Amino acid sequence: MIRLLSIVFLAGGPGAAGAQDLDAAAVQVLAGPCASCHGPDGRSPGAIPSIAGLPEATAAERMLAFRDGADPAATIMPRLMKGYDEAQIRALAHWFAEIGS
Amino acid sequence: MRATRRDMLLAMGAGMGTLALPQILRAQAAAHVAVVGGGFGGATAARYLRRLNPDLRITLVEPQEQFVTCPFSNLYLGRLRDWDSITHGFDGLRAAGIEVIHARAEDVDGSARSLGLSNGARLDWDRLVLSPGIDFRWGDLAGYDEAAAELAPHAWKAGPQTQLLRRQLEAMEDGGTFVMVVPQGAFRCPPGPYERASMVAHYFKTHKPRSRVLILDSQDRFAKQPLFRQGWQALYGEMIEWVGQSDDGLVVEVDASTRTALTAFGTRHKADVLNVIPPQKAGLIAERAGVTDETGWVPVRADRFESVHVPGVYVLGDATIAAPMPKSGFCANAQAKVAAAAITADLAGREPPPASFANTCYSLVGPGWGISVAGVYRAEGGKVVEVAGSGGVSPLEAGPEFRQAEADHGAGWYASICADIWGTA
Ligand SMILES: Cc1cc2nc3c(=O)[nH]c(=O)nc-3n(C[C@H](O)[C@H](O)[C@H](O)COP(=O)(O)OP(=O)(O)OC[C@H]3O[C@@H](n4cnc5c(N)ncnc54)[C@H](O)[C@@H]3O)c2cc1C
Ligand code: HEC
Repeated sequence: MIRLLSIVFLAGGPGAAGAQDLDAAAVQVLAGPCASCHGPDGRSPGAIPSIAGLPEATAAERMLAFRDGADPAATIMPRLMKGYDEAQIRALAHWFAEIGS
Repeated sequence: MRATRRDMLLAMGAGMGTLALPQILRAQAAAHVAVVGGGFGGATAARYLRRLNPDLRITLVEPQEQFVTCPFSNLYLGRLRDWDSITHGFDGLRAAGIEVIHARAEDVDGSARSLGLSNGARLDWDRLVLSPGIDFRWGDLAGYDEAAAELAPHAWKAGPQTQLLRRQLEAMEDGGTFVMVVPQGAFRCPPGPYERASMVAHYFKTHKPRSRVLILDSQDRFAKQPLFRQGWQALYGEMIEWVGQSDDGLVVEVDASTRTALTAFGTRHKADVLNVIPPQKAGLIAERAGVTDETGWVPVRADRFESVHVPGVYVLGDATIAAPMPKSGFCANAQAKVAAAAITADLAGREPPPASFANTCYSLVGPGWGISVAGVYRAEGGKVVEVAGSGGVSPLEAGPEFRQAEADHGAGWYASICADIWGTA
């Protein structure tokens, strides 16, 4: 119920927290902490998957599934994604898709 | 309207944008940002400032030619990591076009906007970033000063102290007791003492199985407590004993020469290896810059990490008052990116973008047994707040695959953040 409401809100525009602030500089700041785990620009040198160049739709779908607890194999992403709204998640998916692998 | 990376670079005046915005760029090109401290906060700030505006002049001041990370230094104590793997140089930052000066910052003049260095040089700056980490409140704990630390190491700044502690553990006979003293007040890395206890227990289990770990704690609860206790029980049985404050865990005096800790209720604990984590405050240069308050830490404007006392001086990491964000390397890195964006915007006469931060602290309880705590944060009304519903600790009921995955992800995090900061993996 709450989720449905928030989607309606996002679609409605002005009510959505943060959505109106999502210019490029804002998305770059949102993406800042992702690099600590996924590597600079989302290119990971280690055990955490790279996300640079992940197709936008796939990335958004994965992140929304994490947030909604729909990926039982996930460890940390569910806890992190609960801190972002849908508009922010979609903007992040777009950002890392744009970087290219 | 979607924001793309290319829009971003154009807006920042990089690449093709240079042709489009000549005046603004000339003003920016002249700007000099000095960064004090080449650790988690400072080196990140230098690198991200460079990325956001390639025309800035950036100078990083750091006395050490090699930076040894506290993160994973506990694994070095547990013999799960070697020294080289936690040591990072500054060539990556130099290659990115940052001038690195190996000297200590001695004083800051906030009105003349200059910085005095231990090599006699004076640097003028347009914006200053301080990320000096912590210093110790020597003498707050009776009997524990710099000389005592040579006998009973703190190893809470990674370096020779960490190596000394490992040598002492190696020299200790089987059947001995390792005692750790956990301080009062805010300290860097809230789960750090308990990860260290775990790693020492791992070393004992594999090399000196009759030995014990005793934690004397000034707190009654600690970070990720149920997860640590579950792991300790499963991996080390009764080897680790934790004594909280109400059960006489508060240590009031230390005698380093006899390796003895005296508690508030009068109990004397004799250790074979004594590890004292001293009470802490912001790195001394913050005090000299006039940015600390009566707590010894630095209040900042949460939306940009600029000092509330001295405009133009940005302070990051352990030195700041940023609760509910913990004093972690992850947070210092996240704060540095927010500050770099704010400084770049400010120099270009724009408002800073809305701040957004995250944290994750992975701890290793034993090989293949990782646990974590996470949070997402933003700035609201001048304070850092945790985004409601975000974050939390690893589930207590998770099975071995989950613990193994988080142990692997901890190593993955370390590789990624080191690449992000120093350009090393
Ligand atoms: C045992 C242990 C384990 C830890 N594990 C983790 C972990 O797993 N994950 C995590 O996120 N965090 C961890 N931490 C915390 C982490 O180390 C700190 O939070 C982090 O280092 C803070 O970054 P900083 O930039 O504030 O300070 P630092 O990284 O300490 O950097 C400060 C730098 O400033 C320099 N400096 C100081 N004064 C001056 C001066 N006057 N002039 C020039 N340079 C100066 C110092 O030489 C130093 O290089 C751990 C800490 C400990 C002790
Ligand atoms: C603390 C480390 C950490 C941080 C910070 C982090 N991630 Fe992740 N991410 C992971 C891990 C680990 C996985 C694998 C799933 C899991 O175990 O939760 C993952 C998976 C993903 C995936 C799916 C990748 C795939 O191929 O299926 C995406 C997309 C993603 N993260 C995006 C992000 C974005 C965007 C951010 C920043 C807002 C971010 N992550 C921050 C650790 C992290």
